[in-house]
Amino acid sequence: MQRSFLLYFLITITGFIFIGRLFQLQVIEGENYDPIRNAAVKVEYNYPERGYIYDRNGKLLVANQLSYDVMVQPNQVKEIDTLEFCKLLKISKKDFKRRFKKAENYASYLPSVFLKQLAKEDFAYLQEKLHKYQGFYIQKRIIRDYPINAAANVLGYIGEVNEQKARNNNYYQQGELEGKDGVERQYEDVLRGKKGKRYLHRNRFNRVTGSYKNGAYDTLPENGKDLTLTLDIELQQYAQKLMKGKRGGIVAIEPSSGEILALVTAPSYDPNMLVGRKRSPNSYKLFKLDSIEKPTFDRGLLAAYPPGSPFKMMNALIGLQENVINTNTSFTCYGGFRYGNRSNEFMKCHCDIYGRPIRLKTAIARSCNSYFSNTYKRIVENNNKPSEGLDNWNKHISSFGLGNYLGYDLPAGVPGLIPDGKYYDSRLKYAWNGSSNISNAIGQGEILTTPIQLANFTAAIANRGFFYTPHIVKRIDDRSIDDPKYINPKKTTIDKPHFEPVIEAMHEVFKTGTGKWSQVKGIPICGKTGTAENFIRKEGKVIQLQDHSILVAFAPKDNPKIALAVFVENGGYGSTIAAPITSLIVEKYINGFISKANKYREQNMLNLSLQNIYDLQLTNPEEFASGTK
Amino acid sequence: MRQERNNIFAGVDWILVFFYIVLVGFGWLNIYAAIVEENNFEILDFSKRYGKQLIWIGLCIPLIILILFFNSKFYEKYASIFYVISIIALVFLFPFGKEINGAKSWFNFGFMSLQPSEFVKACTTLGIAKLMSDRQYNLKLVKNQIKAFIIIFLPALLITLQPDAGSALIYLSFFFVLNREGLTLNYIIIGVTCISIFFLTVLFGVSKILLSLYVIISIILIYLIYKGGKRFLRFNWYKIIGLYTIIALFTFGTAYIYNNVFKQHHRDRFEVLLGLKVDNKNIGYNSYQSEFTISSGSYFGKGFLKGDLTQGDFVPEQDTDYIFSTIGEEWGFVGTSLVIIFFMLLLFRIIYLAETHTNKFGRIYGYGVASILFFHVAVNIGMVIGLLPTVGIPLPFFSYGGSSLWGFTILLFIFIRLDAHKNYDF
Repeated sequence: MQRSFLLYFLITITGFIFIGRLFQLQVIEGENYDPIRNAAVKVEYNYPERGYIYDRNGKLLVANQLSYDVMVQPNQVKEIDTLEFCKLLKISKKDFKRRFKKAENYASYLPSVFLKQLAKEDFAYLQEKLHKYQGFYIQKRIIRDYPINAAANVLGYIGEVNEQKARNNNYYQQGELEGKDGVERQYEDVLRGKKGKRYLHRNRFNRVTGSYKNGAYDTLPENGKDLTLTLDIELQQYAQKLMKGKRGGIVAIEPSSGEILALVTAPSYDPNMLVGRKRSPNSYKLFKLDSIEKPTFDRGLLAAYPPGSPFKMMNALIGLQENVINTNTSFTCYGGFRYGNRSNEFMKCHCDIYGRPIRLKTAIARSCNSYFSNTYKRIVENNNKPSEGLDNWNKHISSFGLGNYLGYDLPAGVPGLIPDGKYYDSRLKYAWNGSSNISNAIGQGEILTTPIQLANFTAAIANRGFFYTPHIVKRIDDRSIDDPKYINPKKTTIDKPHFEPVIEAMHEVFKTGTGKWSQVKGIPICGKTGTAENFIRKEGKVIQLQDHSILVAFAPKDNPKIALAVFVENGGYGSTIAAPITSLIVEKYINGFISKANKYREQNMLNLSLQNIYDLQLTNPEEFASGTK
Repeated sequence: MRQERNNIFAGVDWILVFFYIVLVGFGWLNIYAAIVEENNFEILDFSKRYGKQLIWIGLCIPLIILILFFNSKFYEKYASIFYVISIIALVFLFPFGKEINGAKSWFNFGFMSLQPSEFVKACTTLGIAKLMSDRQYNLKLVKNQIKAFIIIFLPALLITLQPDAGSALIYLSFFFVLNREGLTLNYIIIGVTCISIFFLTVLFGVSKILLSLYVIISIILIYLIYKGGKRFLRFNWYKIIGLYTIIALFTFGTAYIYNNVFKQHHRDRFEVLLGLKVDNKNIGYNSYQSEFTISSGSYFGKGFLKGDLTQGDFVPEQDTDYIFSTIGEEWGFVGTSLVIIFFMLLLFRIIYLAETHTNKFGRIYGYGVASILFFHVAVNIGMVIGLLPTVGIPLPFFSYGGSSLWGFTILLFIFIRLDAHKNYDF
């Protein structure tokens, strides 16, 4: 072997390794070369105007306004008269130093926000004076403006993209705004439009030296699209007014389309609170401090509770469909229903019809627990195994959209819970039958539903067997929404004829039952009141508080225009608060005004406040402990 | 035996000269690209580096003629004198040198600065060639090995003390020369093993490496004992213990030196290279920028003077140590691979010519030239394309700098001179 072999060999190998590495760098990686990663290219964004939001009648709900930030690029700042400058900006000298240091820490050669969102009147004044202070300048930004103080929970708000997202997402940059909640978040892609980009050449001192490739990569901004909501802002405002002083939620849906007419949560907040200079102290107040009232918690979408009596209609419908009862089936109630042999295995009933047979219509109108307990037992025990019976029961309920996310176009939601056979098999180790979970018969126990689910359930009854998935957006720009999810009806598993007797009975509720004090002349309302038990835990003891009241209703009986669910925290029996509120909303929506006869009722509801109950409950919950089930 | 002609260009290997001209010329274009600013296309602007480099290149012509003017016997005869002068120059740096970037590597003559270490390479090569071409010289003897080592490492030591460890590293390339002349490969094997263990220890930690080395050695030993039986154990037990001890000392020593002797900026360089640290802003900035700059060139590059990263001055030291990234951006994969192929051909040509020398002095010198150039090219390009840690040494013929250009020119043309004469030798 030649002695020079080693060096020949090493030179060859090194040459090949280098060429291979260069192939990897230049050909393989070079292919996916992205000008943005190029440090010599600076991208300048051109922000489009965010889309406006209107209500169903064309009323402007969300618009844009200009806001002005004072920016600073620390390395350009020359000697300035700090004292005068501070006076100009209305900040203290200490504050000035702190802000300046922050900007310097970020990057002294990059602009950063020095003072956010000047008041409009300050802007004009500052604009004149600021040229004296080199390194400081004013930047225009587009922020939201809310002409009507309502529906904050629906509209949501916009805020700065969080750092994590800015890093992982290839659209947003640090400091940009995005929709954070409600429609703003759900329809972010539609509303935001598309920002334009300009690629500029720069050197390493960040000095722009010209445009990159003569603008070959540049794009123009596309304005955001306007949204028209299904919301009726007048109804929304009216409902919000009615809920003043109370906690709860109202969801109103147009049964013939699934459009959400009103979505109220109380208490709520003024959407303008999250705009402008006071934004950060306000958002702290809204999100952190107020853990009792929770103004940002959308009770209409998120408050999952046992629905109580309205659920009896569900069991009636299933009973009819499964043919375990018919309109003539009767059960006798002796002040309650005994589901076991032990003395405590007895469910009380307040129907006040002792020892006489009760038929379906009366049972719903008077809310007889025994009747539905019997029905429920029959449904569950209709099959050989209770789990099969319960699965069948679950299937029917699920077809109404209960027990799962409804699929509406708002970001907040919970699935609720409708138990099935498996649920009890694992909890009760297979040793169970219809009596073990008899509370399901009357909508208590494990079942959880949200107001919007109940409103949708009511709309399905109003439609006699089908519903449209509730949705909040009606039009995007001038095009009606065409998502098949929202324009195709969903059929329930209950046949149409079975709805009539149930609707009759619901009508009876407002004619002679619990809702009879809340009738509206000329508008036949069908509904059902209910209560949801609620407990808190204090010092290890579980305390039952005053019931939440729930009411579902639709009107008019034939050709229904509105279906709604009203939920009032600690509202007691539905007839005292929920029923009058319901009737007022129905009247307002259908007639457009409140008749003289009902003005008294309206005044009553507007003035009613449950605040003292809420306060007492907080300090001394034992007083409310009712103890009974 | 033919008579030597009077023409100084007689017998000159024009292929090498061609390579030289191409590399230097292309190098200048890239220095121009790296330095030039918009609105300023004055090539003969001597206040700019590309203008200065043009002067250096121009001055190479009389330099080359001067080198070729002397008879090759002159170099052989006075090799030791050159070597001694170069060592004295290095020693003189300590009292008289000018400090640039923390290293006293420069003589300042007012109108220009010279970096002696660039010239010492050629002188050391002459010195080692002189030593080993002696007919009495036998590299098998340890005494002679030590002599060679002293000649090589004396300048290396002086340069390290400047301190300029990068330039000193080049003297490792003389191992190829020694190996060519009969030094056993074991030195290189041991060296490579030590360096590998060093890197692995830094990467994985002492305990893991020590454990896995022990396991590997134990398996080999068990195999040997199984084959050789007790005899093996009887004769070698002290060697075995010694081996285990040395490995332990080496790994712990590595960890100690790495953590306590190395400065943080040394550690950072290693860690960025080994991928233990991602740092695109500070230490890794150079490598990241140069790799990205090269990447952005793609197949055919962006074109001469069209590299926006080069023009935007994003790569530091782009006209000197990182000149290769300019080639990468503006000339693309085609340009970079051609440069590498050119260097390979140049090296092959030098080795090939060296091997044809019947005179031992010429052969050893030629081999030294090839080794030094190879080492420079490999370390520099390896660093720029992110395969080796950051070591600040120039790319021969390309990087800006008169000393380095002259140093390499002298190195190469003394060989061309020697080579031109070989045919007239006996």
